[in-house]
Amino acid sequence: MTKRALKSALRHGALALFTLATIYPIVQVVSISLRPGDRLYTTSLALIPEGASLDAYHAILFDKPFLLWMRNSLIVSVSVTIIGVALAATAGYAFARFRFPGRGAGMLAFLVTQMFPATMLLLPLFLLLRKIGLVDAMPGLIIAYVATALPFCVWTMKGYYESIPVELEEAAMVDGTTRVGAFTRVTLPLSAPALMITALFSFMTAWSEFMVARVIIQKLGLYTLPLGLESLAGTFQTEWANYSAGAILVCIPVVALFLALNRYLVSGLTLGGVKG
Amino acid sequence: MGSFLRRYAQPYLFIAPAAVVMLLVVLYPFIYNFIIAFSNMSLYHLRNPEFVGLQHFRTIFTEPEIVSVFAKTVIWTVVNVAAHLFLGVGLAILLNQEVKGRGIFRALLILPWAMPQYITALTWRGMFNYQYGAVNLMLRALHLPAVPWQANEYWALAAPIIANIWLGFPFMMIIALGGLQSIPKELYEAAEIDGAGWWFRLRKITLPLLKPVLVPATVLGTIWTFNNLNVIWLVSHYGEPADKTHILVTYVYKAAFHYYRYGYAAAFSVVIFILLLSFVVYFLKATGEKGAAG
Repeated sequence: MTKRALKSALRHGALALFTLATIYPIVQVVSISLRPGDRLYTTSLALIPEGASLDAYHAILFDKPFLLWMRNSLIVSVSVTIIGVALAATAGYAFARFRFPGRGAGMLAFLVTQMFPATMLLLPLFLLLRKIGLVDAMPGLIIAYVATALPFCVWTMKGYYESIPVELEEAAMVDGTTRVGAFTRVTLPLSAPALMITALFSFMTAWSEFMVARVIIQKLGLYTLPLGLESLAGTFQTEWANYSAGAILVCIPVVALFLALNRYLVSGLTLGGVKG
Repeated sequence: MGSFLRRYAQPYLFIAPAAVVMLLVVLYPFIYNFIIAFSNMSLYHLRNPEFVGLQHFRTIFTEPEIVSVFAKTVIWTVVNVAAHLFLGVGLAILLNQEVKGRGIFRALLILPWAMPQYITALTWRGMFNYQYGAVNLMLRALHLPAVPWQANEYWALAAPIIANIWLGFPFMMIIALGGLQSIPKELYEAAEIDGAGWWFRLRKITLPLLKPVLVPATVLGTIWTFNNLNVIWLVSHYGEPADKTHILVTYVYKAAFHYYRYGYAAAFSVVIFILLLSFVVYFLKATGEKGAAG
């Protein structure tokens, strides 16, 4: 074997080994979700359990309030996505195209919010929501998530707008369009990739968030998916098979979206990431 | 005033919706947090809080646990970020060479990033179960002693760190991969002609040219890791054993929402924020990277 071939084999071996270690926990979840009811506690390491069945999927869908959690999560996530994209698309545009007093401070403020420990906003927000009666209410959760996702989304949109030539808008405005018309009919359609990333990020923020929901939502009927799944995994007698089946059902759509937008995500991140 | 408004009306209108939300949900709580921090607000004094000055800040700095919680926060952050960088850059370098099935490797390696963090954390908690968890089963299969991941103070910190390393390296890998692709191939060819080994090329070409991408990514990663409540909270099941497994943010979360020590938690949040802010400012100065702050 030549030195070159040896090197290549080592490289592939290292990658394969590491990839296996990476996907092992995921395979493990799939495996547990297939365990039949009488073998929940097993010390077997077999990937396809003996007597594999889809019982857990049936149980989570029909015996647990999984569909209710999903409905709640969908309401919250879709609202956050719509509001988040709308706010980020407009604010990002102002930061990208105008120079105005407070612009620098505004951009910096968005960055600084990233350094807040969660409790610094969550505790006062919780006490305020309690005062105005928005604890245990979806709007409270939605507005908290919008604020969480917004800084990243605004930076992404701003970065993307800056990569679109101003001349396109100027040409449209020479032809008699207003500034708003130029924005909605020229720039916005061209920004589809950034809008997708912003939407994905807003959706994922709301779809996957646990710590804030745990504080704001206490009523069982308003549980979102993270709260619901944690309640399955959190009890003393953990329902691992049901939890795992639920986890797989929750992961499939987001992982699929993520992989589909994978390449987009990288270009969007580098574009929007660090430009002043 | 009138001309000012006319001149800037457009940008302000564009920004107004987002600004209203941020003022309401960020600025208002931010200010309110300071008010709570200087009051004795708790479950018993919810409606009639009194001004107590710096009392909570004094408590924080004389608390016996603070040293250990702070030390664990530093370990948590440094080990995680270092491992993310090492694995992320290492895998990116491997992937950037001639590899068969690169797309598949890349897609599989990115999976931990795509999964919701709470699911990752809960799944790892199951895997760290002493008797039935996959990690100990594997150790036993290799004839190694099982590890008390959930009962021993130190292993209980190692467990969430392992889970967090797993979920965090793909971000660095993708960032590094983007950076690597912008390094001209000619540099490596020239170095190879001059007889430079791979270690030399790594130190003198790859790492310096990756620095502009890695510095902001490291700052972001540090902030995220330092502030990451999810993983340590869920893997250790709210700080078990006996509230030993805490970093600063989970410690405060527990104080606020499990022990209802509102004033104390608000004051502690302020301390954490100042700590993090000074670190970031210092780090950016030390690495001479102004770009990240815009």
